[in-house]
Amino acid sequence: MASPIEQFEIKPIVSLGKIGGSEIAFTNSALFMVAAVAIIALLFVYGTRNRSLVPGRLQALAEMGYEFVANTVKDSAGHDGMKFVPLVFSLFMFVLVCNLLGMIPGAFTVTSHLVVTAALAAIVILTVIIYGIAKHGAHFFGLFVPKGVHPLMLIILVPIEVISFVSRPISLSVRLFANLLAGHIALKIFAGFVATLLFAGGWAILSPLPLVLTIALIALEFLVAVLQAYVFAVLTCIYLHDALHPGH
Amino acid sequence: MAAPATTTGTTAHGGAAPAPGGSFPPFQGNTFASQLLWLAITFGVLYWLAAKVIVPRLGGILEDRANKIGNDLDEAAAMKAKAEEAGQAYEKSLAEARAKSQAIAQETREKVNADSAARRKTVEADLAAKLADAEAMIVATKTEAMSHVGAIAADAASAIVNRLTGAAPAPADAAKAVKTALGG
Repeated sequence: MASPIEQFEIKPIVSLGKIGGSEIAFTNSALFMVAAVAIIALLFVYGTRNRSLVPGRLQALAEMGYEFVANTVKDSAGHDGMKFVPLVFSLFMFVLVCNLLGMIPGAFTVTSHLVVTAALAAIVILTVIIYGIAKHGAHFFGLFVPKGVHPLMLIILVPIEVISFVSRPISLSVRLFANLLAGHIALKIFAGFVATLLFAGGWAILSPLPLVLTIALIALEFLVAVLQAYVFAVLTCIYLHDALHPGH
Repeated sequence: MAAPATTTGTTAHGGAAPAPGGSFPPFQGNTFASQLLWLAITFGVLYWLAAKVIVPRLGGILEDRANKIGNDLDEAAAMKAKAEEAGQAYEKSLAEARAKSQAIAQETREKVNADSAARRKTVEADLAAKLADAEAMIVATKTEAMSHVGAIAADAASAIVNRLTGAAPAPADAAKAVKTALGG
């Protein structure tokens, strides 16, 4: 039986050469990234090609996805945050589709790699910092200075605010990565128990127990896949809100 | 690929990273470059699609629909107002027509009454005149008849006396005798 972490292995499909010590290749991870973008493009570009007044099935689904993201941005980042809809839409859809593709048995989960989630979190935080400084200049750093607080308290509060800001990209990336990684490992282990018990003589009667757990875990993992994409999008909106209105 | 050796841990099903040196796949540093490259490419394409095609198109579709619904609602409201106006105009003209017909009926009734009253008056006047004429004629005829009664009685008396006596009395005597007799 395969190791529960074998599913996270990156396997090159076509090698493209080397840069420094690391190989550049079209890997299983890259394949699923391309697949995710292709699925999103199929749904949102092909599905809306008619621009129907009365939407068909695909267009209704695309509209639902778009409206969901647009409403999330409007609620969390405010009306002037609407210029970030393309970014939040891309992040949400990419994470969501990658998470869901990972639920296909045997598929690779792109978002179970910390480097990918960290890169996505870096996109968010860099957008916040660059846009915040470009729009508000030094005023952006008012984000770290709570208003209406005694100056002495600021000695304690400013470092806390800075730490909380710095920990945002870490929590954003680790939350997504750890949820997906742990979920898929647990799934694999419980599914492995079923097989192990089946071939363990009399213990085979116990094998339905982990099977039931596995089924329950699959349902939970679907929930996690959608929920983590949503959490990622909402937190992105909240951080973008800071870039738009740094004055707390 | 540096570590296909991770598949060695096939017997155990523990969750812990099996071997040192980053063989736990998410921490294998040598895969980072290619993952980041492909993430940059795919996410870049996705962001470009979202910014240039998906968001403007879907935003446009939803806005068009909102506009269309808004316009249709406005149009419906305008039509409803028009219909209500027409209804009011109809009611008004109906009321006017009713008032007019009542006025005409009233006028006609008054005219007919006046006509018939006038006609009755003339007929009554006529009748009264004829009655008066007839009464006058009767009175005249009666007085005339009465005036002739003495002469007739005198004539009759002279005739009777003549027959009885064979000699006619003088007309003046006869008239005197009749007058005496009539006068009682």
